[in-house]
Amino acid sequence: MTEKVLEVKNLKTYFRTMEGTVKAVDGVSFDLYEGEILALVGESGCGKSITNMTIMGLVKSPPAIIEGEILYNGKNILELSKEDYRKLRGKEIGMIFQEPMSAFDPLYTIGYQLFEVCKTHLGLNKKDAKPKIIEMLKKVGIPEPEKRFDEYPHEMSGGMLQRIMIAMTLITNPKILIADEPTTALDVTIQAQVLNLMKNLQKEFNTSIIFITHDLGVVSELADRVHVMYAGKIIEKSDVYGIYETPEHPYTKGLLASRVIKEYKDRELPHIPGFVPKATNFPDGCRFAERCSFCTEKCQKVSPELIKTSEIHETACFLYGEDTNEKDN
Amino acid sequence: MKKIIETINVKKYFPIKKGIFLKTVGHVKALESVNFSIHENQTIGVVGESGCGKSTLGRVLTKIYNPTEGTINYYDKDGEKYDISNKINKKTNMKYRSDLQMVFQNPFDSLDPRMTIGDIISEPLQIHKVFKTKSEEKDYVKDLLKKVGLYEDYFSRYPHEFSGGQRQRIAIARAIALKPRLIITDEPTSALDISVQSQVINLLKDIQKENNIAYIFISHNLDVVYHVSDRIMVMYLGNVVEEADSKELFESPMHPYTQALMKSVPGWNPRERKLSEISLEGEPPSPIAPPPGCPFHPRCKYKMDICSKEKPTIKNADHKVACHLFK
Repeated sequence: MTEKVLEVKNLKTYFRTMEGTVKAVDGVSFDLYEGEILALVGESGCGKSITNMTIMGLVKSPPAIIEGEILYNGKNILELSKEDYRKLRGKEIGMIFQEPMSAFDPLYTIGYQLFEVCKTHLGLNKKDAKPKIIEMLKKVGIPEPEKRFDEYPHEMSGGMLQRIMIAMTLITNPKILIADEPTTALDVTIQAQVLNLMKNLQKEFNTSIIFITHDLGVVSELADRVHVMYAGKIIEKSDVYGIYETPEHPYTKGLLASRVIKEYKDRELPHIPGFVPKATNFPDGCRFAERCSFCTEKCQKVSPELIKTSEIHETACFLYGEDTNEKDN
Repeated sequence: MKKIIETINVKKYFPIKKGIFLKTVGHVKALESVNFSIHENQTIGVVGESGCGKSTLGRVLTKIYNPTEGTINYYDKDGEKYDISNKINKKTNMKYRSDLQMVFQNPFDSLDPRMTIGDIISEPLQIHKVFKTKSEEKDYVKDLLKKVGLYEDYFSRYPHEFSGGQRQRIAIARAIALKPRLIITDEPTSALDISVQSQVINLLKDIQKENNIAYIFISHNLDVVYHVSDRIMVMYLGNVVEEADSKELFESPMHPYTQALMKSVPGWNPRERKLSEISLEGEPPSPIAPPPGCPFHPRCKYKMDICSKEKPTIKNADHKVACHLFK
């Protein structure tokens, strides 16, 4: 692979609440390479969104407790001043949110909101910005961009707003794009269009994308590498083929098996029993132990670390760890 | 199997009012002549994209809205027929409402945060005066909790203490409390995580087996609808465009929209990425001014001259389809 553009090292984001400390992100490390799509997969509450909010500097600390390092261009961006962060955010690291309807300001026209980005990050005036904006809107497939330029967000459909949001983030040509469930609120036919658009534009702009989703179907269509998160930790890392063809962690296997496929018709669907543990009191051992059918005594006491199991695969599970340790010895 | 509900040409238009005198300037045509019937122990799936009228259909059947035109017939346990399209008397209403229950999409909104789980589930029992004593009622509710996979001692807890999947179980317990014959579920699993989604679907299926309940299962997720349904209706812009047995529909979809919809579902196989060829361009038109003729013709790749002029009628008796391609 090519160059690393972002390195996250042992990132922890904790929140203090009345019920105790919520360990939303608990020791997450990963690298993002140039021009790749990295998918962060997990169920709600697994910390995938908080990880990326922390990268974007959208988690206020204090009150939140943030530890670890996020290296961008060799600098730890967690130590940046507010002013410097603002220059980075939007220009170098862009973000696409889940709800296109609530991500836009209803009081300003689409054109103005796109112009604001150009003004802040590219230093363009209104006259110079307009052709650039219209060209960008054309690129994301908005019909009649000249007319849309003067319209308000409520006049657009969800799919169209999501396209405009993509235009808005890509107009500054960012190195990194964080997409937090960008298609979850959209219909399947529109989702297919938006995913395709993102993929084509990613090639054109050579942006690295962190794609956050809970939908393993979308991941299989788009991602180069996949990291699976569970209860604040990354429990499996692999390239996309490894996840679908040789999943290792019991949780990943369970997720893949939970897919509703045709062969299950008139039969009971396989499922992962139980619920995700509460973020205020995670167990000492493996956080998946309670729902895992391979759980041993060791799993209940010690938390497994990510271990390289093959060229492309890393898994945090004792089922695999011991094997490789023995081989090493 | 006994028939429970039958609709004949049901339409629902919502007026758009403007100006100081609130003059009606147009209509949102949410539902255009829907015909179907549902029998005991049967599951009918309703699929379509947002704005296609699938939720409106559910709401018309639950009588949250009255239909603008058409008839809804309801058959009670003894097979007696009632026309419930418009206002109905109190006695029939009580009967109908104990026979028909609903499970909503978002379990975070559908449970009253100020009521305990016990109160929530026993409220329908009190309204319909099912039990004479409190203790009988409490035992029954505790039984229900166990049946949906929760613990008895959740009885006096509040909704905020539960996760999404658990809340949906509570909503299901409330829906089955009166032993209804038909449950309308409007996107019951789309707010849930996949691992929990399967749990809820299994639960719904188990309950059906036990009590012969019929479901109208409204969802945008084709895989889920296929799994639970006996028959599937595909809706587009307020119209039913195709209706068939679920296996038949999935193996040989006839309407171009159904075909495109199926191709748009991600494939779970990274070696065969199928979304690179887009099967459907554009977006559904507005239901305020639907296109003349076939509602799907502006996006259809098999468009003919007749499609923009004449609205296709439903053809075939078993595998129903509304498209000019089929004679």
